[in-house]
Amino acid sequence: METPLTQHIQPGRGPLSLKEFENAGGFKGLHKALREMKPADVIFTVKGSNLMGRGGAGFPTGVKWGLVPQEAAGSGMKYLIANADEMEPGTFKDRYLLEGNPHQLIAGMIIAAYAIQAQKAYIFIRWAYKKAEAILRKAIAEAYEAGYLGENILGTGFNLDLYVHSSAGRYICGEESALINSLEGKRGIPRAKPPFPATSGLFGQPSVVNNVETLSWISHIIENGPQWFLDLSATGEGGTKLYGVSGRVKNPGLWELPMGTTVREIIEGYAGGMQDGYKLRGIIPGGASTDFLVESHLDIPMDYASVRSAGSRLGTGTMIILDDKTCPVKFVHNLIKFFADESCGWCTPCREGLPWAQKILESFEQGTAQPEDIGILEHLTRYMGPGNTFCAHAPGAMEPLQSGLKYFRDDFDRHINEKRCPWR
Amino acid sequence: MLSNHEREEILEETRLYPYPGAACIDALKIVQHHRGWISDEAIEDIAAELELSAAEVDSVATFYTRIYRKPVGRNVILVCDSPTCMIMGSESVYQYISDKLSIRFGETSADDRFTLLPITCLGDCDHAPALMINDDLHNNLTLGHIDEILEKYR
Ligand SMILES: Cc1cc2nc3c(=O)[nH]c(=O)nc-3n(C[C@H](O)[C@H](O)[C@H](O)COP(=O)(O)O)c2cc1C
Ligand code: SF4
Repeated sequence: METPLTQHIQPGRGPLSLKEFENAGGFKGLHKALREMKPADVIFTVKGSNLMGRGGAGFPTGVKWGLVPQEAAGSGMKYLIANADEMEPGTFKDRYLLEGNPHQLIAGMIIAAYAIQAQKAYIFIRWAYKKAEAILRKAIAEAYEAGYLGENILGTGFNLDLYVHSSAGRYICGEESALINSLEGKRGIPRAKPPFPATSGLFGQPSVVNNVETLSWISHIIENGPQWFLDLSATGEGGTKLYGVSGRVKNPGLWELPMGTTVREIIEGYAGGMQDGYKLRGIIPGGASTDFLVESHLDIPMDYASVRSAGSRLGTGTMIILDDKTCPVKFVHNLIKFFADESCGWCTPCREGLPWAQKILESFEQGTAQPEDIGILEHLTRYMGPGNTFCAHAPGAMEPLQSGLKYFRDDFDRHINEKRCPWR
Repeated sequence: MLSNHEREEILEETRLYPYPGAACIDALKIVQHHRGWISDEAIEDIAAELELSAAEVDSVATFYTRIYRKPVGRNVILVCDSPTCMIMGSESVYQYISDKLSIRFGETSADDRFTLLPITCLGDCDHAPALMINDDLHNNLTLGHIDEILEKYR
């Protein structure tokens, strides 16, 4: 089984230096792109691979790049931004790539910048990722020294500066337009779309924001071609995926597996199944803002289309397991509290609605919830659903709540009827 | 007034952006690094340096959770409160630290040694529960080794 993204990552050993990465053939894709391909050819190849954004939304990367006005660099600034703000509860995949193979990300960013003809690139990294930040800064310095960054890269006339911006907290800064505002030194509040960043992004210039895992793929795809990428997956969506499992399993962790590996194989095969004495009750498949899956979904493939048809989203591909000794209402309350705390406060449904939902969930835990509270929660899931808010934060928050109400309704009812939390 | 160190470091960051104001968050972090927190005076200092109004700088400072507009202790403990850490026992980790230091979330110990705060997912879910003290991540926590960890921070 091929594991292109993680092949050079060994726990306990630091990342490859630039020389080691070069000797392992890591810059082949970069040489090929800058020396033999036109920017449009790079975009065409990435489109052909069907690479879908690994930041959670799954937007096709080549299509996103194709929306950027094609003028060559020099006719106005364009920007590329790597989204390394990973803060989605339950998600720990980008950190692994940042700490494990920074040059793979940098090589991918140089090619991506070349494709859209950006002259400046930023890595927007979560402040808490101190180790990753230090590793990145060192790797970038190496890349400047070796002539992979700066002016006239590889003698091709292409120039690129790459900077690291360490954030100051707030989950919403992972949303790409909020990220752009934050990078401009402002409050991290999402922007109205359209215009999309591709036409008006950072400092009002055409910009592309891509996730770390997405960008880490680029040099591999250029080197080996789209068909190679498509063939890596189990179900045709292309590539491998970093899948993670956390919670009461025997062996929590992160694995690079063919896209479309089944939920069961990941949980039972790789994570070792549930710890003794614990039963599986629910699965949050791809970070806090994805709908619950349950036991009957164990055999679905973890790819975008299959998880969507099961009523959830692949999201970040890192699962949280809800076990039978954890109160599902408390679990949902924890998530909604997180979303309420992290609302940027810009639009009313989210700013007012999330604390309202949180308060009701708290009343369930206190044993003071009333029968009509279920209906109010259900109403709130629609009220904060897609289309009613300025960004996807509130609709994302509603996913575990609406599916929690669906799959764990009995548990909600027991809190009302017994006037207490049965798990306490 | 900004110290020479602070000014130099801020100047370095402004080079990454087309205009000085874009380095507002970086400047706040730099000043906080030197002074421990962001006072009203620090807001004025940064505003003057970056050609912004004090109100603009304050609006940014109060938005971000890792900018402290109140004094904090010499060490800041951030306990991860994500669902995975909760399942794996973060509440008892919090309770243990809270009892030991006699502070709750948002408070600073009487000797100014520790401030205790919650933090959203630290991205270390396969080693839950986790917490951060200053720049250091501590994971796979058990109540048995929390004392030892805290001892490292004076
Ligand atoms: C509330 C919210 C938080 C987000 N956080 C992140 C994040 O931490 N990292 C990330 O890559 N994408 C995050 N996204 C998705 C980004 O908006 C964007 O779609 C993504 O970075 C694009 O990269 P991709 O196309 O390579 O996936 C978030 C979206 C929302 C609505
Ligand atoms: S949905 Fe929430 S996070 Fe998004 S813009 Fe509205 S208030 Fe801000």
